[in-house]
Amino acid sequence: MGFFRQALVIMVKDLRAEIRTKEAINASLAFALVILLLFSFAFENSDDSMKDNLGGLLWIVFAFAGTLVLNRSFARELPNDCLDALVAAPISGAALFLGKALANYVLVMAVELISLPVFGIFYDVHWARQFPELFLVLALGTWGLTIIGTMSSALTVNIRLREVMLPMLTYPILVPALLGAMQLTSPLVAGKPIGPETETWLKMLVGFDAIYTAVSLFLVETILVS
Amino acid sequence: MSAVAVDGVWKFYGDYPALRDIRLDAEPGACLALIGRNGAGKTTLLRILAGFSRPGRGAVRIFGQSPRETETRRRIGFIGHGISVYDELSAQENLTLFARLYGMPNPRRTALEWLERTGLERVASGLVREFSRGMRQRLAVARAFLHRPSVLFLDEPFTALDDRAIAVLQRLLREGLAEGKTIVMSTHQLREALELASHVALLNRGKVAFAGPCTPEMVANPGYVYERYGEN
Repeated sequence: MGFFRQALVIMVKDLRAEIRTKEAINASLAFALVILLLFSFAFENSDDSMKDNLGGLLWIVFAFAGTLVLNRSFARELPNDCLDALVAAPISGAALFLGKALANYVLVMAVELISLPVFGIFYDVHWARQFPELFLVLALGTWGLTIIGTMSSALTVNIRLREVMLPMLTYPILVPALLGAMQLTSPLVAGKPIGPETETWLKMLVGFDAIYTAVSLFLVETILVS
Repeated sequence: MSAVAVDGVWKFYGDYPALRDIRLDAEPGACLALIGRNGAGKTTLLRILAGFSRPGRGAVRIFGQSPRETETRRRIGFIGHGISVYDELSAQENLTLFARLYGMPNPRRTALEWLERTGLERVASGLVREFSRGMRQRLAVARAFLHRPSVLFLDEPFTALDDRAIAVLQRLLREGLAEGKTIVMSTHQLREALELASHVALLNRGKVAFAGPCTPEMVANPGYVYERYGEN
């Protein structure tokens, strides 16, 4: 079985388990919607300076909500010592990691896409006007979040305080990607396309994703076999 | 070539040496019972043999290869303390998943065959979380055997098994030995283990205190090895 097929088998397994329990996606979605609602009370919608920062607010919500999904990624393997069975199987650690990252990506993207219309209503923004470009930024930013979060999940799986450790590991590394995603998202949700002044952030986001994906795939075997 | 060769293996947890210069061999078709008190290092050694953990010093070879080689992993079956199956998946989904990961030619058929062999065919589509403990244990046995491994590492395989699961496991282990599989098992249930074992190794505080063939005295008196070579 080839590398990508192995990753696909792991992804399908994780998604099937999550669809049955809904424990991560329900928590993440509820968290995202509640925080969006609470922030909408805190900020004045008619304030233009606030509208310039909506991309930042959106990505903070996505990053926090995303860790609720990512925390479960390798922790899901702990009951019954299932991680042992996966590490024992003749698949590469990189395929196992990629499968888990893809499953997390689907779940985090689902939370984000459901949250977007709610965000539009609460903050009175026409986020769909630049939807293809916004979707591209979401896709790139979420992949960065997912790859770093899945790696942190693998690193912290045997730590008792993993729910605390995962965000502490994830967010500092994620700063450049979050910064880029925020800079790109703010004009897009205001209906402005990506211009030459923000294009560099897009390239940085692509570079961040490529570098951290390669590094994670290279290192994960060492992390899984102590 | 030895099926399992352990050459001067040390394992440290911090500064504490959990394993100290372990040297053991198991020939193809042998059944090695690893015995020793709690904390002697049996589980640590089995985890290194199965490739879950790396030795601090020394080397482990399975048919001359590292246990982390993909082809070697195809030849290894493992039953640990956990059942290593997913509660949220059905019995058939669990076995199909592992048959796929092991590259079996027809994963669904392999899964159904092993559900039948372990007496779980009637609950094939039931979620594992709804299973009784005995059913979960039989499923764990099916998971460990379905890819027809040539070497089996079993960590206290008879502990907490119900009568039916013990019967299933003993039958599969006897069949495996008849087919020339190599078995290394840690155990506190000396009577069950020594009935199958061809060799015995006693671990004491991370060291091999005794390693040799299983003798009639050991089978007649399972405490014999502890009395003769172990710490009192």
